[in-house]
Amino acid sequence: MIDLIGRGLLETLLMVVGSTLAAYIIGIPLGLLLVVTDRDGIHPMLLVNRVVGVIVNIFRSIPFIILLVWVMPVTRSIVGTTVGCKAATVPLIIAAAPFIARMVESSAKEVDRGVIEASISMGASVMQIVRKVLMPEAKPSLIVGAAIAITTILGYSAMAGMTGGGGLGALAINYGYYRGNGQIMFVMVIILVIVVQLFQEIGMRLANKTDKRIR
Amino acid sequence: MDDTPIIQLRGLNKTFGTGEKQVVALDQIDLDIYAGEIFGVIGLSGAGKSTLVRCMNLLERPTAGEVILDGKNLMQMSNTELRMARRSIGMIFQGFNLLMQRTALDNICFPLELMGVQKKKARVRAMELLETVGLGDRAKAYPAQLSGGQKQRVAIARALATKPKVLLCDEATSALDPTTTLAILELLKQLNSDLGVTVVVITHEMKVIEQICGRVAILAHSNIVELGAVEDIFRHPKSEAAHKLIFPGGFLESDTGCAGKCLRLIFDGNVRRPVVSEMVLMCGAPVNISYADTKTIDGQEYGHMLIQLPSEETMARKMLGFLDSAGVTYVEEEAKEA
Repeated sequence: MIDLIGRGLLETLLMVVGSTLAAYIIGIPLGLLLVVTDRDGIHPMLLVNRVVGVIVNIFRSIPFIILLVWVMPVTRSIVGTTVGCKAATVPLIIAAAPFIARMVESSAKEVDRGVIEASISMGASVMQIVRKVLMPEAKPSLIVGAAIAITTILGYSAMAGMTGGGGLGALAINYGYYRGNGQIMFVMVIILVIVVQLFQEIGMRLANKTDKRIR
Repeated sequence: MDDTPIIQLRGLNKTFGTGEKQVVALDQIDLDIYAGEIFGVIGLSGAGKSTLVRCMNLLERPTAGEVILDGKNLMQMSNTELRMARRSIGMIFQGFNLLMQRTALDNICFPLELMGVQKKKARVRAMELLETVGLGDRAKAYPAQLSGGQKQRVAIARALATKPKVLLCDEATSALDPTTTLAILELLKQLNSDLGVTVVVITHEMKVIEQICGRVAILAHSNIVELGAVEDIFRHPKSEAAHKLIFPGGFLESDTGCAGKCLRLIFDGNVRRPVVSEMVLMCGAPVNISYADTKTIDGQEYGHMLIQLPSEETMARKMLGFLDSAGVTYVEEEAKEA
């Protein structure tokens, strides 16, 4: 049993961290695009902004458990199966990327308008502002956002257990729910709580450590 | 001061919004600022002065008109050309606008990085500039660890990193206490004379203008209402806006009961003796001083004073005669309705 739990935990961590990373690769550019093309962004492009915004909102409004089932054909065509950890990462990424895009957007919007203006007055290009001003200045906020994102994705990954995704979620559902084993269920809950706390704590510490505005 | 304008504004218009909500911020502004001078723009809140300075580097794009920097029209430039041109216009702000996650030194390196200067070279130049603004020992400090005055010094160093021809100061001392303001103004003055950089100062404080500017434009209701040498405008303010700025709180109110004639004496450095006391002693009659704001700069008196002459006609005339002979500039004032 311990073995099973250990493997479950490892699977969960791999699945969650892997899909968070992948979702960030998609989410960061999307989030930045939303900020830059906004009505009072650095390079307003209302049409692009609207289109990206609507797409992001569509994916954000589908409950994960439904998205999970809905994208199964896509999952199968990419991974070859809809069962297991690898398969679960596909819907996880699809669900997390728009969420992360909004997180990145709100973090980048916190950057003081005056600082952006100062950079424009120094002759910075749009890309330079994104790379050298928005990202570094929003870093602490982005890290806090990442901690929230990763715990949300952890929650999603447990749901993926319902349709045969691996990890702790699958264990909890298979043993705790289908077989009615309350003890396993309890252990799963405890482990998940500890993992979430850990991510949250690491995120907060990292954010505070990076932030040069305080002290 | 050169006689070639470094900044030329021609027929500058700026309106915000459209339709009924349209607000005119600048209305047909023509202005020449010459290379090497310290030029002031003063106005009450909402006069459009911030918009004016922000139009000078196209941070705000004018609705119409021309902005010519060093002979080149910024309005006709492509984005890339404009970014290049902006390197020769430094700017500092009321809120300092430093990058909070970078050290003082790295903040100054920032504009150099944008230009693609090597990191090592940029650091050397940044360090020199930090020394110039008197913060050589604070290179590794983050903005949050600096005082307001120090932050503005870093911002000045940053603005000068690309060796600009013009330094725009948008209410740069408005968030600072009077002592720090004075120190920052001294620094600007020194940089102007050492580096020859043209300085444009936007402010709502007459004291800032007095302190460092050679020429000043008074902005009111989206227009330049007065333009000229600071002493001239200080001595003979014509517009109502100028009066309000130069004599804040110096208006007579009707309930002060100005029985006799009221005079505003203007001291512009040409009086070196206690004229009012001498006048009172000589004429043998008292006057009422209802307002005074004077200061001594380089041993000369500057400022203005409101006095109430005796109601008796001959005595009043005697006093006027004395003032004429003493060479004091004065204007008769009506008591204003409160």
